[in-house]
Amino acid sequence: MNDVKCECGHVNPHGTVLCEACGKILDEQADKNQLLDMRYEGSARRSQTYNKTIIDKIWNFFSSVKVGVWLIIITLIASALGTIFPQKMYIDQPPEVYYQQEYGTLGKIYYQLGFDDLYSSWWYLLLIAMIGISLVICSLDRVIPLYKALKAQKVTRHEGFLKRQRLFGVNSDAADKDLTLVKEQLQRKRYHIREENGNLLAEKGRFSRWGPYINHIGLIIFLIGTMMRFIPGMYVNENLWVREGETALVPETGEKFYIHNNKFILQTYDKNKDKTFAQALSKAGEVAKNYQSNVVLYEQSGKSLPGEKPKLKKVMDYKIRVNHPLSFDGYSIYQASFRSELSAMTFSLMNKQTNQTYGDVKIDLYNPKETYDLGKGYSVKILNYFPDFEFAKNGEPSTKSRDPNNPAFIFRMYTPDKPKGETSFVAIRQTIEPFGNNTYKMAFRGIDTKNVSGFVVRKDSSMWVIILGGIIFMIGVVQGSYWQHRRIWIQRKSGQVWIAGHTNKNWYGFKREIETVLAGTKLTMPEDQLQAGKNKEEG
Amino acid sequence: MASISSNLLFIAFILYLAATLFYGGSIKVKKDSNEKKTTTKWGQIAVLLTIIGFISQLGYFITRWIASGHAPVSNMFEFTTFFGMALVGAFIVIYFIYRTTLLGLFTMPVALLIIAYASMFPRDISPLIPALQSYWLYIHVTTAAIGEAILAISFAAGLIYLVKAIDQTKSDLQTFWLEIVMFTLVTVLGFVVVSSGFSAAGYHEKFNWIDKNDNQVTVDYTMPAITGPHKGELLTKGGFQPWVEMPAIVNAKKLNTVIWSLIGGLFLYSIIRLLLRKRIGAALKPLVKNVKLDFVDEISYRSVLIGFPVFTLGGLIFAMIWAQMAWSRFWGWDPKEVWALITWLFYAAFLHLRLSKGWHGKKSAWLGVIGFVIIMFNLVAVNLVIAGLHSYAGS
Repeated sequence: MNDVKCECGHVNPHGTVLCEACGKILDEQADKNQLLDMRYEGSARRSQTYNKTIIDKIWNFFSSVKVGVWLIIITLIASALGTIFPQKMYIDQPPEVYYQQEYGTLGKIYYQLGFDDLYSSWWYLLLIAMIGISLVICSLDRVIPLYKALKAQKVTRHEGFLKRQRLFGVNSDAADKDLTLVKEQLQRKRYHIREENGNLLAEKGRFSRWGPYINHIGLIIFLIGTMMRFIPGMYVNENLWVREGETALVPETGEKFYIHNNKFILQTYDKNKDKTFAQALSKAGEVAKNYQSNVVLYEQSGKSLPGEKPKLKKVMDYKIRVNHPLSFDGYSIYQASFRSELSAMTFSLMNKQTNQTYGDVKIDLYNPKETYDLGKGYSVKILNYFPDFEFAKNGEPSTKSRDPNNPAFIFRMYTPDKPKGETSFVAIRQTIEPFGNNTYKMAFRGIDTKNVSGFVVRKDSSMWVIILGGIIFMIGVVQGSYWQHRRIWIQRKSGQVWIAGHTNKNWYGFKREIETVLAGTKLTMPEDQLQAGKNKEEG
Repeated sequence: MASISSNLLFIAFILYLAATLFYGGSIKVKKDSNEKKTTTKWGQIAVLLTIIGFISQLGYFITRWIASGHAPVSNMFEFTTFFGMALVGAFIVIYFIYRTTLLGLFTMPVALLIIAYASMFPRDISPLIPALQSYWLYIHVTTAAIGEAILAISFAAGLIYLVKAIDQTKSDLQTFWLEIVMFTLVTVLGFVVVSSGFSAAGYHEKFNWIDKNDNQVTVDYTMPAITGPHKGELLTKGGFQPWVEMPAIVNAKKLNTVIWSLIGGLFLYSIIRLLLRKRIGAALKPLVKNVKLDFVDEISYRSVLIGFPVFTLGGLIFAMIWAQMAWSRFWGWDPKEVWALITWLFYAAFLHLRLSKGWHGKKSAWLGVIGFVIIMFNLVAVNLVIAGLHSYAGS
């Protein structure tokens, strides 16, 4: 393609609308009477210049802001759809049941459309990916030519360029001392001034033009950071339940770290002590004040053989609370939930007729003993233990799991008068005597419970990328929003002094600044040609 | 301390109300003074009253903080009140950039409505659950609210633009929707009037009803039940018998409040229309006669530019940092999070349309209005209708 040489001598790339150096209109089709479209400085953008190959077409599609805005709007609507009913991760029933039961037919349709897990759906991720591509191509299409154009701009500008700026005015003549004063006042306003043959260009805040591109870079880095968690090993998210008094291996740490739970603490607000909240508490009832697990973190020292108990070295004590996770070696352990578990049950050996008892048996549900000797010839043997009792399909008693959720026992009770022993099956609220009527029974006395802390173990090795992206985004967005690129041209043309001004935003503030810059001189304030045109229209 | 606090809030409310009247006066007086940017006496008084009111509300905020031991942004009443205060603060800042009292005339009533709406919720000082016990509560919530408040200024400016630019001599979609905006504002007033009316009268009626899990529960209505609960049985003697019974999946009590607010709103709106004998939009037109369209357009755009970074920081970035600490993940697609993202995407679209597609003027003003609707949806509907981690329990 041919480059275009302007009459000022500058060679512009093909597709340039306004000469990069002097601003002369190169595109013949531009309307001579309108104000200039100063976006991207009239530079040659790839998307506006080439449209032949498939790559051109894809490039042009994604470089369009219109497409970008549509992608944003579609994502916005899709995101809103996902909040109509709770997402799958926030419900505690199977989704195929939950949605219909809670929300009727609408809920069923919602589930069938896959909106119960909308934000992980392929099409939602595709939308985000397309926004990402659009960010990259949109930025590249604009930033490079814009950079070149702003770099190549000369002080002396073409007449047509000046005349068709939104702010433009002509002074018949100006004294040199007026121009010197204006220059001083421009400098006081921190303008960067370039001069050439008595013409002047005052410019400031050009860096704000890069704001949008910098924030787009930040967004891209952020999006890449969120994608990085799909790389194996970058991301750990595990639940870990540890009973009080127990030590557990922290998952996904390569068998390196262990955590010991000393105690789980649940505190609630007390109407009588926390008087400030008395009124609110009497309405709300129980309100949690603190969830805390007092733990010890251990690190394995040296390799242990399989089956051997690992040698542990204490790293630290820590009180894990909500908002105060335990962090070490890139991992964080969060207090996420808790539950109470049965830990022990107590029974008394009792004569059914006289109700006389012959001693108590306390059974540790995680580690029951085989025989409990009560002395004087009384003893109890556990023939069988079902921590999580149920009747299997064949009618035999069995256990669902090893957790003591519903303990049941088959006891054999030995007493001086029944030395051969009697058998009794004891579960919660039920006793079966399989071999006929017994003289003795195991009478239920009480239970002990133990707290189990629920932790979440996290490692997010991509976190620094996400943070970096966020910081760059904020820098870019602040740079582009809180500063503006302002330019004032003061040029001598055919014995007159022409003043033109351009800013990329905040015209009101710009006009007031020009007023102060021209104050004390004979130079008149340039006219806002856009406003003037509008006033004419409005009458 | 708590009573000093509520008195200060009340004083602030009265001052804002007075300021609004003075803003109105400053426009009327301006007619005969010359057109230059000097603020009239009335205008100066209005701004002064606004600032004193703001300081008084700041006093409310600080004393309540001392009383409760945590920043008062932890329930619906506290957050909404803070949002109202931030809106006044944002107006004061924008006022000192652009020096237009007209913006005050449109912003202060919105702030008043928001504060009045807030005080319809339980005002007890509530304790913080463990997840909320963090400095990030103060940092995240206040920054997000300030960002939203600055964005809301673009709504006020957009409203001025639309009142001036929309031709009221004909009826078309634009006049219709502008009037819907006005009606919505009146309905908020309707809600405030109706609920404080019934609450002053001490109205209560109790129902036994069957919820969707077939449990029998009781519910206490504070307004006469137009929509009764599922299989509801009125327990209060002489209570109002519901007209319609709702199925179990609908929250009949909240729906009832909405219906009463609409009745209140329609009633107030009809009175206003009878008095004005024209649309509210048309009646406001003389007030905006002297303002330049380009000028309000720029204020509207500028407040989006100022508010967008603040909102991004408070509503998304600080939110993510805190979520990472409290819930172990920086993003969880909780409804409130999603609606913050929607707000952000919307204003991002606004900026792109404006910068690249040249959406100035009316289009831009309408976008400002829609943006405010989204912010309000996130404040009201997401807290009260869509349940999630952020919903303020019980209110």
